[in-house]
Amino acid sequence: MAGLRTEELTMNIGPQHPSTHGVLRLVVKVDGEIITDCDPVLGYLHRGTEKLAEDLQYTQIIPYTDRLDYVGAMANNHALVNAVEKAMDIQPTDRAEYLRVINVELNRVASHLLFLGTYLLDLGAMSPFLYAFHAREKILDLFVKICGARLTYNYMRIGGVKWDAPEGWLESVREFVQYMRDQMPMYDELVHGNEIFHNRVIGVGKMTQEEAIAYGMSGINLRSTGFNWDVRKNKPYSVYDRFDFDVPLGKTGDCYDRYWCHVREIWESLKIVEQALDQIEPGPIMAKVPKIIRVPAGEYYSGVEAMRGELGVYIVSEGKDKPYRLKLHRPSFINLQILPKLLKGNLMANMVAILGATDIVVGEVDA
Amino acid sequence: MEFFNWTNNQLDLPTVLAMVIGAVIVLAFTLGFVTYAIYFERKIIGWMQWRIGPNRVGPLGLFQTIADVLKLLLKEDVVPAKADKVLFVIAPIIAFVPSFMVLAVIPFTSQHYFTAMSNVGILYYIALSATTILGVLLGGWASNNKYALIGGMRSAAQMIAYEVPLAMSMLGVILLAGSMNFVEIVEAQQNFPYVWYIVPQFLGFCIFLISATAELNRTPFDLPEAESELVAGYFVEYTGFRFAFYMLAEYVYVLAMSAIAVILFFGGWSGPFLPDWLWFALKVSAFVFFFFWVRASMPRIRTDQLLSFAWKVLIPLSLLNLVLTAVVKALT
Repeated sequence: MAGLRTEELTMNIGPQHPSTHGVLRLVVKVDGEIITDCDPVLGYLHRGTEKLAEDLQYTQIIPYTDRLDYVGAMANNHALVNAVEKAMDIQPTDRAEYLRVINVELNRVASHLLFLGTYLLDLGAMSPFLYAFHAREKILDLFVKICGARLTYNYMRIGGVKWDAPEGWLESVREFVQYMRDQMPMYDELVHGNEIFHNRVIGVGKMTQEEAIAYGMSGINLRSTGFNWDVRKNKPYSVYDRFDFDVPLGKTGDCYDRYWCHVREIWESLKIVEQALDQIEPGPIMAKVPKIIRVPAGEYYSGVEAMRGELGVYIVSEGKDKPYRLKLHRPSFINLQILPKLLKGNLMANMVAILGATDIVVGEVDA
Repeated sequence: MEFFNWTNNQLDLPTVLAMVIGAVIVLAFTLGFVTYAIYFERKIIGWMQWRIGPNRVGPLGLFQTIADVLKLLLKEDVVPAKADKVLFVIAPIIAFVPSFMVLAVIPFTSQHYFTAMSNVGILYYIALSATTILGVLLGGWASNNKYALIGGMRSAAQMIAYEVPLAMSMLGVILLAGSMNFVEIVEAQQNFPYVWYIVPQFLGFCIFLISATAELNRTPFDLPEAESELVAGYFVEYTGFRFAFYMLAEYVYVLAMSAIAVILFFGGWSGPFLPDWLWFALKVSAFVFFFFWVRASMPRIRTDQLLSFAWKVLIPLSLLNLVLTAVVKALT
């Protein structure tokens, strides 16, 4: 076998590929089954959201944020309105804050369910995908009732929310929380103790805490390494300081920890929703805000804990009704940067497991 | 029914006619089975996943598979420009012809109408079914596509690796029955001690079942055709009827492998009250259902783990099973 000539194989994976979850393209070099190099090519879904925002009034930017992380659009809305409110020192009404929290956390459950479903589908388990989407559908139905949209909600406004909860909506949310708590153990049982699943994720795609911090990661990717950082806890915004919830942490930073953190976060989000339902009271949903929103001149940053990490909005204003520059700190984009490092030297067969666990949404990567 | 027992007859006109009729009946039966196995699979998995499954074409969606096959027939037959054209065309044929040929030795009933009573039935089955690997490997190679090539290589590695424990798990049964003839194996299970071979050969059966799942490319061993990083696998460039050939071969093997599991370990057609062909059909259907059931509940194993499982776990176990069976056989 000594004289056998071997060659590196360059494989182009994506942008049209079933397991890159959207239009991500990876140029991968493989030596046999080992990945020697990986080069993510971005930009297939680039729409120039940041540039477009410079020509839009602040309220008009909200629907554009829906298109960033389109499976967690509530948090994107929240990031923008929160940043503008902080900059202008507007205090939204209490009821609006609670409605925001309920919707963001429901959206977090939906987003994590989508992660669980598609991740397991990538690993070849077909049924969890359908179960997860079954439950996710119920959340989307709730969103349709409150804001009329399934994915691009355009729900929040500067100073409050657009729509109050329709009659009976809060009760159906409570029913859903109970339903979800009944369902979760079943989803867990299907995969959690499965030997094949364990073999595919435990110890795969490990990263250390130092690496995660050096790459500026946030969200579950960072927490899976055991670093306790959740914007909701560490820099409370909105009314998150009024709720009692835990931040699930991993230990080793492998794919299994990332999977498990997602499962735990669903439970925690349900906890928050339930407490919010207990505390919410009737009242106005919009605070008094000026007719034309003008952020005073200056630079402002504020971030929220979106589904995939810290979604930050950096506003440079000249005191006009449009931002001079709007920069989005997009967690998916930043979390993706570590992918080549994780893939190098790994088996080709682990690629899908690692890419899936990084949990990116290409809409947010490319913005 | 001496008429159909053509292997022992002279090759005259009635015998030839009987051969043709027999072959046509087996073919029709198999195609019917494949058509409804696919429908059955989609329905079963659909119900397991809170879906309805096909229900639009015909009553209860019964014509869905027929419509799918018709669609495949009407599709443009694409041969990639850079492909090795001859190999590309014959690869699916190499893959699917043996799948029908193995049916010749499977006794569906105690009379084994239409099928040959070969004294080397098991050997014939193993030898022919191994030929299919060639079709898979050639298909992957001839497509001149990186995904297809890697997929074909992996499939070949997988099928060869699992062929070994599969054959060795059958050896235990051969030792007990003292025959490689499927009919005699079934008859041996009706003699003393009146139990099906699943009881004395339980370990062998487990090995057989795992290897059979891997041979059939079914979940959790369905890497050759579903591995997500390879898009599909060796047949990624195939369209239309050539693609259908690969799929057809796969489902015919599901039938053949289930039939062999029933013959070797579950007493073939034997059973009380019901007619023997019905018993056989019931047992085979139970196995087919098992394969579908596993598909709805398992993730996919990784390729290197798959191979090390075959070489490091299944083959030593099947050797152990063989030795134990031989010792027991020698002592009794």
